[in-house]
This record gives sequence, structure tokens and C-alpha cells, in this order.
Amino acid sequence: MTGVDIGSARAPTLAERLGIDRSVAIAFGCILLILAGGAMYSREFLSPEYLLQQLQVGAFLGIIASGAMMVILLGHIDLSIPWVVTLGAMMATAMVGWGGAAGVWLCIPFGVFCGAVIGVLNGLGVAYLRLPSMIFTLGMNAVVQGLMVLHTGGFAPLDQATEAMHFIAVQRSLFGIPNALFVWALVGCFVIYVLKRTAFGRAVYAVGNRESAAYLSGVNTNRVLIGCFAFSGAMAAFAGVLLAGYSNKAYQNMGDAYLLPAIAAVVLGGTNILGGRGNYLGTIAGVILITLLQSILSVMQMPEAGRQVIYGCVIIGMLLIYGRSAKARS
Amino acid sequence: MTSSGVRRGALGNWRFWLAHNSGVLTAAVLFLAMFTLYISNHSAGLTPAVATTAANKAVLLALVAMAQTLPVLTRGLDLSVGMVFVMANCIASVIVVGTVGEGMLGILAVLAIGALAGFINGAIVVWGRLQPIITTLATGAVYYGISLFVRPGPGGDVQSDIADLLTGQVFDVIPAALVVLLVVVLVVWIPYRRSVLGRAAYAVGSNEQAAYMSGVPVQRAKLLAYTLAGLLASIAGLMLTFNTYSGEASAPIAGSYTLNSIAAVVIGGTSLFGGWGSAIGSIFGAFVLRTIEDLLFVFDLPPLWQPLFQGVVLLIAVSLGAYRILRVRNRLELFS
Repeated sequence: MTGVDIGSARAPTLAERLGIDRSVAIAFGCILLILAGGAMYSREFLSPEYLLQQLQVGAFLGIIASGAMMVILLGHIDLSIPWVVTLGAMMATAMVGWGGAAGVWLCIPFGVFCGAVIGVLNGLGVAYLRLPSMIFTLGMNAVVQGLMVLHTGGFAPLDQATEAMHFIAVQRSLFGIPNALFVWALVGCFVIYVLKRTAFGRAVYAVGNRESAAYLSGVNTNRVLIGCFAFSGAMAAFAGVLLAGYSNKAYQNMGDAYLLPAIAAVVLGGTNILGGRGNYLGTIAGVILITLLQSILSVMQMPEAGRQVIYGCVIIGMLLIYGRSAKARS
Repeated sequence: MTSSGVRRGALGNWRFWLAHNSGVLTAAVLFLAMFTLYISNHSAGLTPAVATTAANKAVLLALVAMAQTLPVLTRGLDLSVGMVFVMANCIASVIVVGTVGEGMLGILAVLAIGALAGFINGAIVVWGRLQPIITTLATGAVYYGISLFVRPGPGGDVQSDIADLLTGQVFDVIPAALVVLLVVVLVVWIPYRRSVLGRAAYAVGSNEQAAYMSGVPVQRAKLLAYTLAGLLASIAGLMLTFNTYSGEASAPIAGSYTLNSIAAVVIGGTSLFGGWGSAIGSIFGAFVLRTIEDLLFVFDLPPLWQPLFQGVVLLIAVSLGAYRILRVRNRLELFS
């Protein structure tokens, strides 16, 4: 809603300016609720150290969700995220070996670049072949998986992360704030700028609402599709690079745990999964919500079975509160 | 619709029938060609044992793909089919034990649980008015949690008489799994396809608002589609248990079956935009996918290349649907 009604006559209120609609407010409310619940279990949950730690872990998910959100705003979905994350990590770590001295500098851009290439391929398939993104990105995921198995020879690669990757993923340089958080903030500002201040961003919402209308209004819809998929691929790969820095190595299946949380975070943040509606503030709320939920359930030593059930029920429950589609019939 | 058209006896209708079933026929021909290639390169040839092994593997995916077809026809999607499949496997490995009678009761219970899981999906989609993708993503997590709760580690057992009967051969020739699949088609799919709610599912998939305005029972059609999807996925879960004699709450297995089921549905000629296709096509789509794996095996491809080859074949197979861009007369038709 907030994304599209640029033509309204009255001046936007502060809440509207910031993009706070009902779903975003409820999502932030739920974060406070979870924190309050956690605090009853242990005071530790409110300590700045714990919260910073969570934000650092959430930054990886946040970067992936930024890309996923751009694609979901189009009314598409990117299911190639898991192996593109792995691709980013493996290509970046491998670049060190290939490039020698230059490779140490080139590794991070190269990892992101590889992800963007896969994203462009996804975009080409969706834009020019007109295939449903769900099935095309799924196939692409399988292809990337095949490439990575071939690359590693079927074993866990011994490629180590570089100093720089470790630095931006783990260390804290300013006021004890994790560097990963700054990276997420940069990505977030970029997304907000693109969505709010550029013609491209407006076109993203337009294509998400009705692609044929956007096309007839002179928007190069194929360029928008390819651009968003490329961004999604690049961000997934970038998160993979950071994750490699975080755990000091790249390994197979490292991206598997990120697809569903990323989509859930975007949707919990109020972005319509059919496209055309949503704002980045909601995605931030969704990412923090998912990260806190996962963390608190594991701190409470809830067995994996219970965690999955609660995780699923919370998503359904929250969406039943504010994510329901209109009852409009005729 | 089509079969009644043929029955009416108008000979000119075969052309219509062919056009209507082209997706199914393409998948069937593709499968027959690939399977012939596989058998002619297999050292043992087409023996009952070879056929049974291939059938036992392929029928699992075929059943899950059938399950996926029903929500897809209503323009929905069920990302939890793999999880229901695994949940049925885990529960079956606990309760389908003991005597044959107890085993049968256990089977009924598993089927009921599967149908209930599907009904919950449908209820949230219909009454909760949430999008199918995100609904089934979340319920899938819940069903996986239940699987883990029932079977924290791999193991369990299954009533061996029933298992041997359903995974062996009928008259020492025909793979029993194929008979199970045929029975499912005859007892579940055909009656569903001909029922009012089955037709309603197609109408909903084509144009939900038009269907609603025409008095089609939209809500009941969707509920039934998701419920039957749960039921079919749990039949597949039972068959998995009979094959492996154990249960395992494995997220990778669930994920790969969910994703392959979507691919099988597409290869079988069903439109992901709803309203067009059939579960029969999905069966052949599943067979095609499974035969690809077998082909890689008989042609002795280096194991490292197999995942890449499989991925490329999958991508090409789903890209075949792009032929429709050659037929559009107006660019606006592309934006469906």
C-alpha cells in the first residue's frame, strides 16, 4: 500500500513516510513480545552483548532477505538461493588459490560477481523465456549444485576464508558493533534508496502489481526482472562470502538453512508474496523476528522437533493476524 | 471432459483430444524412449527384478507428484508434500507393525493423518486466506517437527508381510508398486476428475472469480484438492516405509521430493498457472525424472558429473514450456 500510492493528495503522515503500516508495527510488536518472553526466562536476553550477537547473526539473513525481497516484490520467487550462497562462498575462497596475490583482493568481488551471473541467468529465463520463476530458479539451483559438486570433487573443500572476509563477518571495529551489521546497513540503505528514490524502484512495484500495465506504460519490464534477479543472486552470494568468513571455510549445503527463513522474513515483514506491495522496514523486522525466534528456542534447549513446530505455528499465526488477503470476490 | 467427448463418437474429436492431452502424451513418449534406452543398455535387460526396482523407486515420486498436481490445478501449490511424505514414513515406521490386521489399522491411521495434514493446509488457505506458498512452507516445518518428534533418529520397523506384498511382484511378473499406483489412479484420481468438485478445481484454477460468479463451490474444491494431496503424499510415505523397512525424519529427502514433484508436474504438462493438466501427466513426469537418474547410472557417467548433468537436464526439461512464446500473437499475452 505504502509503496504505490504516490499520487495521494494529502501529505503523508510521519508513519507513512517511514513506511510503518499495520503489518510492520505488529512485526515490531512481536519482536518486543519475544524479547519480553525471553527476559522472563533469563535476564541475559536483554543484555546488549546478546542483542548485538543476534544482530550479527541476523545480518547474514538480512542480506539474503534484501535480495529475496526485491524478487518477491515483482511477484516472483528465487529458489536458487541455497546453492548460490554456497557458490559465493566457494568461488570467493577458491579465488584466493587461483589469483595468487591479486586473488586475495579479488575474492570478495569475484564471489559476488558469480552470484550475480547466476541471477542474470535466472532473470533471462524468467523475462525472455517467460517461465515461472519458481520452476526456473529451482532448475538453476540444481545446476549450480552440480557445478559446485564438480568444483569440490565431491568433498568438503579445504578452502580457507581470507583475512578480509573474516574481518567483515566476525570482527567489531567501531564501538563494538559487529562489522557485519554495517554491511547489512549499507545493503539496506541501498535497497531503500533504490525502492524509494529511483525510477527503477517504482518500476519494481509497478511490475509487481501488473506487469502488462507497466509494460504498456513504457517500463522495460524485462530489464527490471533481470535487474532484481541479478541483485538477489549477488546478495545471496555476498552472504555466502560472509558466512565463509564467519565459519572460516566454505562447505557444501551451507546455504540450505537460509531459503525458508529468508522468504519467511520477507513475508512476515508485510511484503505481499504476490508482489507489488511491501517495504524494507518490514523486512528488517521480519529478519530480526526470525533470528530472535530461532535463537531463543535454541537457548531454551527446545528440541529440534518442538522448534520446527513452534516456528511454523508462529509464522502461520502472525500471518493470520495481518497477512490475510482481501475477501473481495466479484 | 475429453473422454466424454470421445465417447460421444464424433470422430473429428480425436484431434481435440490430442491437443488437450499433448502434455501427457509428450511426457509418456519421452519416458518410453528413455526407458527403452535404459533397458537396452542394462546388462540384465527387462527382467521382473529390474522392473520392480525401477518401479519401487519411481512410484514414490509419482505419488508425490500426483499429490502436488491437485493444488497446482487450483492455481495453488503445496510445498509441504515432501514433509507430509516424510511424516507418513516416520509415523508408519511406528504404528504399521504387529500382525497383518494391526498393520492394516496402522495404514488407515497413517492415511487419515495424511489427509488431516492436507486438510489443515486447505483450511488455512481457504478460511485463513493466506497464500498457499507461504502457508505450506510453514505447515511443512510443523509436519517436519512432528516427524522428528515421532522418530528422532532413523530406525523403526514395518509389518513385513504387507511390505513384501506391496513391493514385490504380482504373479512373479508385474511390479506390485505399479499395481498400487494403478489402484490409486482408479480409486482416487479418476473419480475425483469426474466429480463436481474435481471439475470445480479446474474452473477455480482457470479463473477463480469467474468460477465463483458461476456458482462453482470454490472453497470446497480447494479444501478437497489440498486434503487429497495430503492423502496421496501419505500413500507415498507408506510405500517408502515398505521399501526401506524403516522411518527417517530427513529434511533433505523431504525437500528433494517437494522440488522434484513440482518438476514432475511441469514435465507432465500441467500448467503452474492452474486449470490445465492432469495427474496422469505428473506420473509420467515423475517416471521421466527417475529414468534420467537410472540412465546416468547405466551410461557410467563419472559420479562427479552426475549432479550437474541431472541439473542441466532438469533445467532443459522445465524450459520446454517456453515453446508457448513462439505462439503468442500479441506481446501482452506473455504477461499472464
